[in-house]
Amino acid sequence: MRYKLGIDVGGTNTDAVLISEDLEVKGSVKVPTSNDIYSGIVDSIRQLLKANPIDKDSIFQTMLGTTQCTNAIVERKNLAPVGVIRLAAPASTGIPPMVDWETELASTVVDYYIAKGGYEYNGKEINSFDEDEVRSFFRKIKGKVESVAISCCFASIRNEHEKRAAKICKEEMGEDVHVSISSEIGSMGLIERENATILNAALYKVARSFTEGFQKSLADEGITKANLYLSQNDGTLMTMEEAKKYPVLTIACGPTNSIRGANYLCKSDDAVVIDVGGTTTDIGVILHGFPRQSSQAAEIGGVRTNFRMPDVISIGLGGGSIVRQRDDGSVTVGPDSVGYKLTKKALVFGGDTLTTTDIAVAAGMYDLGDKSKVSNLDPNLVKKAVSTIKAMVEDSVDAIKISSDPVPVILVGGGSIIVPEVIVGAASITKPNFFGTANAIGSAISKVSGNYEALVSFDKTPREEALENAKKEATALALKAGAKEGTVEIIDVEDVPLAYYPGNTSRIKVKAAGDLA
Amino acid sequence: MRYIGEEEIEDIATGAAILGAGGGGDPYVGKLMALGAVRKHGKVKLIDPDSIADDALIIPVAMMGAPTVLEEKACNGGEYIALCKMVEDHFGRKIDALMPMEAGGFNSLLPVAAAASMGLPLVDVDGMGRAFPELQMVTFTIGGVAASPMALADEKGNSVIFNTISNKWTEELARAVTMSCGGSVSVTLYPMNGKQVKEFGVKNIVTKSEKLGKTIRTLKQHGTKETLKVFLEETDGYALFEGKIADVRRETNGAFNLGTIELEGIEKYSGKKAQVEFQNENLLCRVDGKIVATVPDLVCIVDCENFNAVTTETLKYGKRIYVIGLPCYHLWRTKKGLELAGPRYFGIDTDYKPIEERVKELSDEI
Repeated sequence: MRYKLGIDVGGTNTDAVLISEDLEVKGSVKVPTSNDIYSGIVDSIRQLLKANPIDKDSIFQTMLGTTQCTNAIVERKNLAPVGVIRLAAPASTGIPPMVDWETELASTVVDYYIAKGGYEYNGKEINSFDEDEVRSFFRKIKGKVESVAISCCFASIRNEHEKRAAKICKEEMGEDVHVSISSEIGSMGLIERENATILNAALYKVARSFTEGFQKSLADEGITKANLYLSQNDGTLMTMEEAKKYPVLTIACGPTNSIRGANYLCKSDDAVVIDVGGTTTDIGVILHGFPRQSSQAAEIGGVRTNFRMPDVISIGLGGGSIVRQRDDGSVTVGPDSVGYKLTKKALVFGGDTLTTTDIAVAAGMYDLGDKSKVSNLDPNLVKKAVSTIKAMVEDSVDAIKISSDPVPVILVGGGSIIVPEVIVGAASITKPNFFGTANAIGSAISKVSGNYEALVSFDKTPREEALENAKKEATALALKAGAKEGTVEIIDVEDVPLAYYPGNTSRIKVKAAGDLA
Repeated sequence: MRYIGEEEIEDIATGAAILGAGGGGDPYVGKLMALGAVRKHGKVKLIDPDSIADDALIIPVAMMGAPTVLEEKACNGGEYIALCKMVEDHFGRKIDALMPMEAGGFNSLLPVAAAASMGLPLVDVDGMGRAFPELQMVTFTIGGVAASPMALADEKGNSVIFNTISNKWTEELARAVTMSCGGSVSVTLYPMNGKQVKEFGVKNIVTKSEKLGKTIRTLKQHGTKETLKVFLEETDGYALFEGKIADVRRETNGAFNLGTIELEGIEKYSGKKAQVEFQNENLLCRVDGKIVATVPDLVCIVDCENFNAVTTETLKYGKRIYVIGLPCYHLWRTKKGLELAGPRYFGIDTDYKPIEERVKELSDEI
């Protein structure tokens, strides 16, 4: 038997799960996340393999989901100095790059320039590409930046200008400089796509350190036969090499993984998923087996991007949320939390802070720690706190549902012990086995994808035939990325016509995904 | 007279998005332009329409074209210089001030960017007091002001000014130029003297947008119920419904984004149903089959969670919203105003009744 090892590094806990080749969960552990993240990973692997002794060489795949990139941006830590060039002038000079960024984060960018170039909506050039102008900007920033972000007007329609600039950048600044181009990062919307590209460029050191750290911690634990993958925000996996190139795509993989993990554990294609952590609760929806996507622009560290994120409502409720009674007798829950200090601060663990976990124990919903420490709590207070928690969850479930009909609800996450067994609006409530580590499970069962993109003239190739070809190419790329023959499905097809562009041309973009072989 | 800086721009964006009554698009790009221009050139002087001279030359500035294009191919920032120069050459005199055309989305903030970079004051007035889909739907048309001469400028430096024989021709020529220039251009039309602006403009609209935005920003921590209460006081508005979006039926008809939103009541509207019909902007609201508001009064939708404007592009199943009705500017209620933008113009088979009357009838029945 061969095994998959799934690891999720969260802000509070590092989870590890072992899943057999035929997708059965063999075991899971939860350890505190360490400051350097690696010792947390090492610790989780040791504990997992101690409880589930297997031949380390039988682990053939390991998957990592991490909040490292999100944290680096939010905390402005380890970001690389970046140079930004936008190919669009004379268009867009009215909005310089990063105009609405918070100053400290914007200071990551050492210099920027808006050069001639870019395209109209129909693929016509706004202005021709000026090689000398681009070259002189790269000469100017050489030695001052480690990473370069290149954006271009309508780059999602045509990206030749971006590619030419990237080539010149390497010529002038050497092969070691990291280059991010916007057409490989995001979709329509110049500013949002450029923002994501700049963040990607700034994250390259973070990406290098966590990919190398992950590889090292596995090697140190004797896991040497496994292929390594990272979770990205659309619920598919990328290789280590891709993760080094596109680290920004690992942002916000957490909610996607927990929704997909819950889906896998309950085999339910349509349900509401409630993921209760230590500080927050994320409520999302599984629709036809995939997380329902949000239509809103996603913000990362206050910067607006155009990623499609799962549609999730986050509320300040978790296993560590602090419970208080006001003078008028009313009871409040959260949004502040004792977080990872739960096992020291909560009453049941001998601490001095009343948390939601203490309420759950006092109400007899769960047995944890020292029950006697909460036995003298005012029953009225406990009752009020439970109903406050219940109301918070019910409001969010109701807000995320698409109709008033009751829906099946799946409860996951380490903090889910605080949620009462009856929720108005829920047709059923399932708390699956391994509910505490749904994130890591979601990461381990993720698919791999192949993306194919091309400009096709429908005068030369009829549309139907062109789309078929593109689907075949995307499927081939997914297989090349490691997907199993026969499991690959087309998950997204985009067909953007380039009006007034010669030859009835369209830009075709197809995404295929399949199970890892 | 006072000045518009960065904080005011944020507030105008929030407030004007709601006054767009479902239209006008996302103000994000306009906000970035205004922020960039104010940082570079300094704050914008906002002047009271009543303080301008009768013979002053005032021009509205706006963007024409597809919002998707604008979100990708932003302005150069020099378009207004070209526009002003053409108009000044045409009239053989200096322009005294700029003004917005409409409230809502991009066009509420583009004039702030333009005024900052031209060093011109902005008049606290516009031609709609809301957003509308067609070029002739401005209060100036009610006053007989011609759209022509209209000037257009693109980000590449191309510019054109034309005199037309009717507003319909203005629209037709402008569309053709916009397409050739790549789908979006900056424009000015309805050039006016101070007397016309004072007589036919929707006064104090910039201040109103800003004040509403500020209310929303400062009351955020008190919850949306409190925000709604103060918002209604400040706008003489009515809470028409509170509900969850149960369905959105869309159709496309040429250039317009048409459809119906089905709402299921929540809180005190629990058990009731409502519908909002839209054509780019929200046209009417029905509660349990009875019309409670129609154009030209404003039917605005805001998110119950954060009080952000919900535009017709961002409607989504399950979102909890308040439907708010606001009385329109009084000129829209004249015979000419209703011909231009009354319910029948939009194909709705009902006579216009001011929202105050409709709401009163409703409460009398109960």
